[in-house]
Amino acid sequence: MKIRVRGLSRTFVAQGRETPALLDVDLEVAAHEFVCLLGPSGCGKSTLLNIVAGFLRPTAGEVRVDERPVTGPGADRGVVFQEYVLFPWLTVVGNVEFGLRLKGAPAAERRGIVARYLELVGLAAHAEKYPVQLSGGMKQRVAIARALANSPEIILMDEPFGALDAQTREVLQDELGRIQRVEHKTVLFVTHSIREAVYLADRVIVMTSAPGRIKQVFTIKLPEVRDRFAPEFTHYESEITRVVKEEVAKVHE
Amino acid sequence: MSRTRILALVGVLVVWAAVSYGNRMLGVMAPALLPTPGEVATVFAETVRDGSLPRHVATSLARVAVGFGLAAVAALALGLLAAMCVPVRLMVEPIIEFVRPIPPLAFLPMFLVWFGLGEGSKVAFIGYTTFFPMFVAIAAAVLRVDVTLLRAAASLGAGHLDLIRRVILPAALPGIIVALRLGFALALFVIVGAEFMGADAGLGHLIMEGRTFFVPAQIVMGALVLGLLGSIVNALLLATERRLFRWREAGATS
Repeated sequence: MKIRVRGLSRTFVAQGRETPALLDVDLEVAAHEFVCLLGPSGCGKSTLLNIVAGFLRPTAGEVRVDERPVTGPGADRGVVFQEYVLFPWLTVVGNVEFGLRLKGAPAAERRGIVARYLELVGLAAHAEKYPVQLSGGMKQRVAIARALANSPEIILMDEPFGALDAQTREVLQDELGRIQRVEHKTVLFVTHSIREAVYLADRVIVMTSAPGRIKQVFTIKLPEVRDRFAPEFTHYESEITRVVKEEVAKVHE
Repeated sequence: MSRTRILALVGVLVVWAAVSYGNRMLGVMAPALLPTPGEVATVFAETVRDGSLPRHVATSLARVAVGFGLAAVAALALGLLAAMCVPVRLMVEPIIEFVRPIPPLAFLPMFLVWFGLGEGSKVAFIGYTTFFPMFVAIAAAVLRVDVTLLRAAASLGAGHLDLIRRVILPAALPGIIVALRLGFALALFVIVGAEFMGADAGLGHLIMEGRTFFVPAQIVMGALVLGLLGSIVNALLLATERRLFRWREAGATS
């Protein structure tokens, strides 16, 4: 297993009150697998991702990557954030080559890799722009290229398309699907969009509302290139919607 | 400089000329008490010709440069440390909060006692005065750095030193430059006070000499030169800032 999560719990303490966000989560992700974490807001799916990324410490349990326990963030796990989080003082090229510079890759090698990934995300024409000059969709493409250029085996994505409009969102889903067919990364992808999860994932993990636990796992047996209007697609969609709705209802009780 | 700005400055000059020359004609108060633009210009020309004004300016600027420079380096190092290390911050905060409201000039006599009448006391005093506001502003700028930028860099493989050099410093740089501008303005502010006491050169000394020998035109001239120096340095810093931070304005031009 590429990622192994065992008995993971996390409790947040605010003003002396303890709020459990995650409770005893077990999860395994195989190499090259695309797994979506799905659930209502506040179900702890981002907390889980942040623990795998090494940004947060678990209260109990552990995360292992390649059987080694995770103790902090590292270049083996690339992260794509909802709010892009580009370095605003660097150009598109500067952002994409950031990790390569840290590794001390020679300039010629950096140029080649950066050109390849800017091509892959369709931003070759915007190489010298600064993030403020880019639209949201373009920023997220830069962020994806930045993560990929560092060649991590794992990519962690925290609602990466959540801040985009519906059209841009679908375009980027298409692009991510295409990129994954080339790159074969191990992906853990957080979303609250059922459509997005069914479109992208090999497995969809539905989480319960707070405290987050794993409620149900769906293995999506659909072709690599998916049709959002195919009957099998909508079947998964309605199936998962039913399960998610139970959880959303609980939040409002 | 825009036309309105030039007009405003010319306006002030005209009012000054009208009042001072008017006073000469009407004799409202003793002529010596209100120097005219002509007299000030004469003193300026004389002191430039005999080389005394350039010497005073150079002396003051050298003191400002050394005192401010040392304070800036210290404020940057300690500001970073205080912002990134919670125990240091908790220790430093109450000290700063107590010392900061004390007008720096209150300590000037102590600096003369400790460092003597030479360069040491002036440089140390400017350093002391400018350090605290710069330290506070730099620490605040570092604390404002978005934690997700640090996370993004760490997940790309950045270690502690990379984070400081490649994320914290560039992200906090706009705030750091503002802190330096503030510090420099303050340095020009207090150098005069420092040179009032026990100095044999510098613009403060020049002004004090104007008082001792009763040459009001020399006092006004010294003050105007200080204003000019401050404006020039501020304009230079602003220009550097705009060049350095093209990335903030790039959106507006595209």
